[in-house]
Formats: sequence, structure tokens, C-alpha cells
Amino acid sequence: MKELKVSAINKGTVIDHIPAGRGLKVLEILNLPKDSTILVAVNVRSGKLGRKDIIKVEGKILNEEEVNKIALIAPSATVNIIENWEVVEKRKVEIPNEIIGIIKCANPNCITHYEEVTPKFKVVSRKPLKLKCHYCERTMEEDTVLKHLL
Amino acid sequence: MRFQDVISIDDFRKEDIDYVLRVAERLEEELKKEGTLKYAKGKVLATLFFEPSTRTRLSFESAMHRLGGAVIGFAEASSTSVKKGESLMDTIRTVENYADVIVIRHPREGAARLAAEVARVPVINAGDGANQHPTQTLLDLYTIKKEFGKIDGLDIALLGDLKYGRTVHSLAKALSYYNVRLYFVAPKGLEMPRHIVEEISNKVEIVETSELEAVIPKVDVLYVTRIQKERFPDPAEYNKIKGSYRVDLKVLEKAKDTLKVMHPLPRVDEIAYEVDNTKYSAYFRQVWSGIPVRMALLGIVLGVIE
Repeated sequence: MKELKVSAINKGTVIDHIPAGRGLKVLEILNLPKDSTILVAVNVRSGKLGRKDIIKVEGKILNEEEVNKIALIAPSATVNIIENWEVVEKRKVEIPNEIIGIIKCANPNCITHYEEVTPKFKVVSRKPLKLKCHYCERTMEEDTVLKHLL
Repeated sequence: MRFQDVISIDDFRKEDIDYVLRVAERLEEELKKEGTLKYAKGKVLATLFFEPSTRTRLSFESAMHRLGGAVIGFAEASSTSVKKGESLMDTIRTVENYADVIVIRHPREGAARLAAEVARVPVINAGDGANQHPTQTLLDLYTIKKEFGKIDGLDIALLGDLKYGRTVHSLAKALSYYNVRLYFVAPKGLEMPRHIVEEISNKVEIVETSELEAVIPKVDVLYVTRIQKERFPDPAEYNKIKGSYRVDLKVLEKAKDTLKVMHPLPRVDEIAYEVDNTKYSAYFRQVWSGIPVRMALLGIVLGVIE
């Protein structure tokens, strides 16, 4: 894997095909334990995306729920589970039915901006992306969603 | 008990709506026969009005009294701990100790949903900012059903500011459960939002127009709402619009004999006073509908009425 410029891992999770520039945001959303060993590659050349970011999490197999949290900002991401230096599972991220935390409501008069409450959204449609605030019931489309990441 | 809280008309399925209307009808009969009822005897309603309202608060309080229950509450936030900086969540956690059911009106959208999540007692939304006012929608439906004995088969026009009016949004959605034809009559720029039209257009036939005159002879219900002056950047434009959407006897000349004019009130001048005493006016009976409907909702969430 010479072109990745980061070393391969024995066991863990590789999140590949993250849109370039969003790798650090993805890392933030994943909110991994402080003692995790993480390798981040930014602006790697990619056949599919032109440029991409990659995250390798050593020693930890991320479950579906953990990984799907990043689907909003990195819908193109693929997740590779590595064991004994081999990819044992490969999957695409999927936008979950409900988004909790991660983004704030675009409606400035939504109660979530005034009380200590975690924003929550129902996914109305995945393509095109449309979320509905659980509290104020306003809908947000993709460009607005990306502008309101927490 | 079919539901615990009343927060958004979107939470209601058609059978829930029909159930509320049936219970309201039954309670209205009982009220006529017996006067004040006893279903909520020993129960306390707290009305938390963080924003002023005459009709909705008095209507809820009257409904609770007529159910035999007691009422506590406040009519504006300035006389409460909110002024000292108390959060809504803390207010709710406090009040739930004093009451068996909470009715809340709040200027922020989503406040009622949050209150319902926090509270151990049932919560009824009496308006959360520009979002929802589900009890208004239910009483509107009840009025239509009372006036015509049915909702199915009617031609219903919603008139006025259809863009910003939360009442007409919820009503349009709720009416889409029934076999009706809807006319959305609004001036340019104040039309029904696209997302609502799209959401319901596969369920009901919709006619969108800005011409009130052409619609009048066709409809059974004319639901009038206020056009707010502040929505228009140019006052001259407002004055022009205002005149063309005013419902008076002349406008009603071509109406069906059985037409009913409704209005969530308060009215300013969109319905002429001369209409009040005609066979067309249903808006003050609509106010009365708030009583049996809110009695039904209170009784259902309190678990005292089946």
C-alpha cells in the first residue's frame, strides 16, 4: 500500500474514501477513546474521488452504529475491518434512520438552541438528504445540514 | 388510552382523529344533558402560557372545569421563575408535581415536544411558536363534522395567508386523511408551501388559485385566515390584497346556500361583521367546538375517558 503513505495495520478499522478535507471532522464525530492509536491520511490521491482522506483505527473494530454516524458528512466512505493484516469485511456507510447529536437544528427559534438538550433528527429521505428536527419539525436539506455540524 | 400526549397533528393517524371527534361528540351530548361532568374530579390541569392567548387558554380552562377538574397556571412568562432564568425543563419538572396534566403554549418551536419528554404527566401543545397547534386543527375538523354531519365529500377552501399560517398547514394535512377536494386561495407570495402540497397531493385533489370569486360558488366550507400586514414590504400592495380577500355579503352572493364560513379568530377585517348573523357564519360555533374537543383530549390523556 505504498501510495497511502501510512503503514498497514494488524487489526482494526480502516475508513477509506472520505471526501478530502473531512477526515478530521469524521474523527471528531467518531469520538474514539483517548487512548486509541489513529492514523489519518489527508488529501491522498484517489481514483474514484480525485483526493480523499483515510482514517485507520488500530486495535478497535468499529461497529455499524459507530461508523454510520459519519455517513452524513462522508457518504462515500467505505469501512474495512482488518484482522491479521487482511481485510475480513468491507462495507459502505449508511445513513441511519435517526441522527442524534452531530448536527444542530437550522431553525434559530428551535427549542434545542435554548435548553440543554441533544438535537435529534429523523431521516426523511437519504437521496436527496432530508432531515426533520424531532423537536421543531422543520426539515433541512443536504447543504443546510453540512453547514450545521456541531 | 390511545395516546399519552398531544403535541403535533403529524402524530395522529386518521383513526386517532376520528376517535377524538367521537369522544367530543359524546361529551357534548352529556354536557347538554347534565351540565358540568365529573370525569376529571380530583384532577388538576396546569396551563403554562409563556405567551399570551385569550381563546386557547380560556377554552382549556373552561373544558377542565366542565370535566369537573381544577385549574392552576400562568398567563404570561413575566410573572414566573422563567424571568429569573429558569429553564423550560426545570419549570416542567416542578409543575408536574402540582398537576395531573400540563397544557403549554411557548414561543419556541419544539418546546411542547421537549416538555412532553421531560414530564411524567401528559402534555398538550397549545401552540409552539410557528410550528403546531394541534387542538385548533381538531376543533376545526369537529366543527366541519358538526355542521355537515360528515367531512368526506366536501369541497373546502382555505383562504388567506397560507404560507405562514400554522393553522392552515395542520388543517390541510389533517383534511388529507378524508375524501375532500381542497382549494388553496392565496395572494401571490403567500401560497401554501410546496412541501405541504407535495406531501398531500397524492391523497386529495388540490386546486390552487388566487381568485376567491371563482371558488366561492363551488365550496361547502370557506376557511378564512388573517393576512398580516407585516408580511408585505409595500403597504400599498397589502391594501390592494386586503380588499380582494375580504369576505362580505357581496362576495357571498354566489355562494351555495349551505356554505359555512369558518375562521380560527381573532379576525381583523377579513370577514365583514354583516356576515356574522347570516346562515353562512360558523366561526362562533367553531369557538364553542373548542370546549368538547379539549374536554375529550384532556379526558383521554388523563385516562378518565375511554
